[in-house]
Amino acid sequence: MPTQHSRVTARLMMTPAVLLLLGWMLVPLGLTLYFSLLRYNLLMPGMEQWTGLDNYRYFLTDPAFLDALRNTLLLVGGVLVITITGGVLLALLLDQAFWGRGIVRLLMIAPFFIMPTVSALVWKNMFMNPVTGLLAHAAKVVGLEPFDFLAVAPLFSIILMVSWQWLPFATLILLTALQSLDSEQLEASEMDGANSLDRFIFIVLPHLARAITVVILIQTIFLLSIFAEILVTTNGGPGTASTNLTFQIYALSLLQFDVGGGAAGGVIAIILANIVAIFLMRMIGRNLDA
Amino acid sequence: MARSTGTLRKATTTLVAWVIALAIFFPILWTVLTGFKTEAEAIASPPSLFFFDWTLDNFVIVQERSDYFRHFMNSVIISVGSTLLGLVIAIPAAWSMAFVPTKRTRHLLMWMLSTRMLPPVGVLVPIYLIFRDAGLLDTRTGLVIVLTLINLPIIVWMLYTYFREIPGEILEAARMDGATTGAEIVHVLVPMAVPGIASTLLLNIILAWNEAFWTLNLTAAGAAPLTAFIASYSSPEGLFYAKLSAASTLAIAPILILGWFRQKQLVRGLTFGAVK
Amino acid sequence: MGQIRLKAVSKSFGDVEVIPPLDLEIGDGEFVVFVGPSGCGKSTLLRLIAGLEDATSGCIEIDDVDATILAPAKRRLAMVFQSYALYPHMTVRANMAFPLRMAGIERDERKKKVEAAARVLNLTEYLDRRPGQLSGGQRQRVAIGRAIVREPAAFLFDEPLSNLDAALRVNMRLEISELHRNLATTMIYVTHDQVEAMTMAEKIVVLQGGRIEQVGSPLDLYHAPCNVFVAGFIGSPRMNFISGAEAARHGASTIGIRPEHLAISNEEGTWQGRVGIAEHLGSETFLHVHLAEDQGTFTVRAGGDVDLGHDETVHLTPDASRIHRFDAVGQRLA
Repeated sequence: MPTQHSRVTARLMMTPAVLLLLGWMLVPLGLTLYFSLLRYNLLMPGMEQWTGLDNYRYFLTDPAFLDALRNTLLLVGGVLVITITGGVLLALLLDQAFWGRGIVRLLMIAPFFIMPTVSALVWKNMFMNPVTGLLAHAAKVVGLEPFDFLAVAPLFSIILMVSWQWLPFATLILLTALQSLDSEQLEASEMDGANSLDRFIFIVLPHLARAITVVILIQTIFLLSIFAEILVTTNGGPGTASTNLTFQIYALSLLQFDVGGGAAGGVIAIILANIVAIFLMRMIGRNLDA
Repeated sequence: MARSTGTLRKATTTLVAWVIALAIFFPILWTVLTGFKTEAEAIASPPSLFFFDWTLDNFVIVQERSDYFRHFMNSVIISVGSTLLGLVIAIPAAWSMAFVPTKRTRHLLMWMLSTRMLPPVGVLVPIYLIFRDAGLLDTRTGLVIVLTLINLPIIVWMLYTYFREIPGEILEAARMDGATTGAEIVHVLVPMAVPGIASTLLLNIILAWNEAFWTLNLTAAGAAPLTAFIASYSSPEGLFYAKLSAASTLAIAPILILGWFRQKQLVRGLTFGAVK
Repeated sequence: MGQIRLKAVSKSFGDVEVIPPLDLEIGDGEFVVFVGPSGCGKSTLLRLIAGLEDATSGCIEIDDVDATILAPAKRRLAMVFQSYALYPHMTVRANMAFPLRMAGIERDERKKKVEAAARVLNLTEYLDRRPGQLSGGQRQRVAIGRAIVREPAAFLFDEPLSNLDAALRVNMRLEISELHRNLATTMIYVTHDQVEAMTMAEKIVVLQGGRIEQVGSPLDLYHAPCNVFVAGFIGSPRMNFISGAEAARHGASTIGIRPEHLAISNEEGTWQGRVGIAEHLGSETFLHVHLAEDQGTFTVRAGGDVDLGHDETVHLTPDASRIHRFDAVGQRLA
């Protein structure tokens, strides 16, 4: 328990950080809320007028919104399924004894450090291009028709790219969690007659449950905001086939200059993200006392 | 969980692990290699992995035509600048929370984190307009400000978890020895927390280097960092694979190397200490 | 000078009062030991004196000056922590010079003082090492050295020996006592180990539940503990207590007798019992005797060559002049 004097100092030292974040949160948030109630288009300056909840009505009833919502959920869900399943398997693999563990670990973690625009462009042009992409070459070698990934299955292709980037994240965290498992627990269960599948289901998986939850929540926060990958590959298309909520709001605000509509979409995106954030915060908060 | 295993089993595991690791790493390897090819070889069918005429031309062209170095410096200034600024603001705050905790500390930390979870697109419009009116669009200063604010909660959190591992008695000893709070932080806390501060620094440089929402939306030609520079290759230059690859290699190499050095500390930082 | 006076000092954490208002006077040059079981408030009391905690009420005077709200650094007190709290990134020299540096003392002067202190503590050859390269005892000495260089009004020790092994602890005990003799500076020493208290203190303050149970010299406490708690806490092995009819015969509700004040015999004595475990230390033997009629177990200190087997019937006779008598609430009866 600190003294009165150190408590005063402490409050002073926290002030800059707190004020900055408070400003960062309240000012734009307030403005977003305010804009969302206006008819406000950057192409028609000075024509702003109060419209109440019209922007929300337009945004929510726009068929593009439902598409974007569906695409957002598919994108987040798809990447989560791939990275968690893959991550658990890879973590189990990396936890085994083998030669060159250090290097394998480095190779596997690498995609996480690649900037989204590079990853998206490399995948789009050098791998998924139906004529000159490496996957097209590979298809021809085994006698298949090359597949035009981004034209035929744009969302699926983006899910693949993003999964490639996030698989290392899931693997690394699950591996760390796995390594904190007490080996005596496993030995005890082995003495109790559990085979390796039993051990995985009854000991390893419950031990990983917490880390898996953390991975899900953190990835969800980031995945809801996927933007660069869509911008440089499909631009949301064809049509709205690969437009997620973030991209839709971006297009509305900065391409169609509909500030009011974009702001209303922003408020909705914030509400959706908050639902995830609340769960994540609970998880992290519980850890704070431990 | 090291257990003695048979050599055969170990060999099999080794093979499987290496195949998967190489498959995951392959796109990066392929990009780097293609950067050294001529454009013709880059789209040759069948493609060649190693046996081609290695050339540095692409790197030269990337620099000459699109001034790679300027974008690189933008990235460095923006990522390092925002991280250092963040550290200066966060160290005193983390000191307060770690060593003078109150009933509200926990809520304060959670609140800070919650600001990081705000979807950027939710505040895109006002930030864009504020930046436009303040003349901050397409400036390094503007991006440093935004990225500092975005990463501040993570910096505070990471520092907080590292500081909490430093025994309070040592800081009390400094206080007994006549150190002011400033001296206590500068002479005792910071030197002791160097490993933690270094991890925080590097992870945040990585995050800022790769940040691609604000850097794409708030810059044009002038302050564009590498994320935006690469995005400009989306078309039609993207079809020049060798040049795209050379530019990509240059954009990812610094951070990949940095990331490899600090991968052990990464987990802790990325999960806000929830997984160690 | 190093005279410390606590007037009605109390400390609460939230609604919990860990130290009810207490008064205490510590004379200049005294070696005072705060002793008590863990959680008795002794460390909190020390931290109040140090200024690392605020007193909830009351006033702390150092050399007749009110220091209650003074910052720790301004109180001219030096503290040696349980974990030593050395700065791991600084050499021994820099550690010891740190308080001087903070006080803005010239480099040459610092060097002189640090080297003088290092000579006293036999640390000269370790001056350029870091704490991580030193043994526990050496670290302890560096922590003491860091306290000495400041020439404080008083030294505060917070369980400084509890991280050392037994042999080293005995050595350091002697070194600290020696240091006190040489410096003649006030020392306040917190420990839960009554042996440390007995061997080092000039004045012992026994604490329990934040209250001072008794203040006195080691032998005062040994010979005339003012209540059952002090009687049981001071002395090793513990004093034997017996209540009921036996105590009533002495006009008390509880009586206590130390193991060394019981005579043991095969033939006759006041109390009869059977020998349980015998602990042979060579120089002496501690016998655990189960008294007849379920009156409890007594520890008896006997000679080193006593030869009494398990389950043997023995008789115990207390030294009547050494019987401590306590009333129903545990206070000493005159």
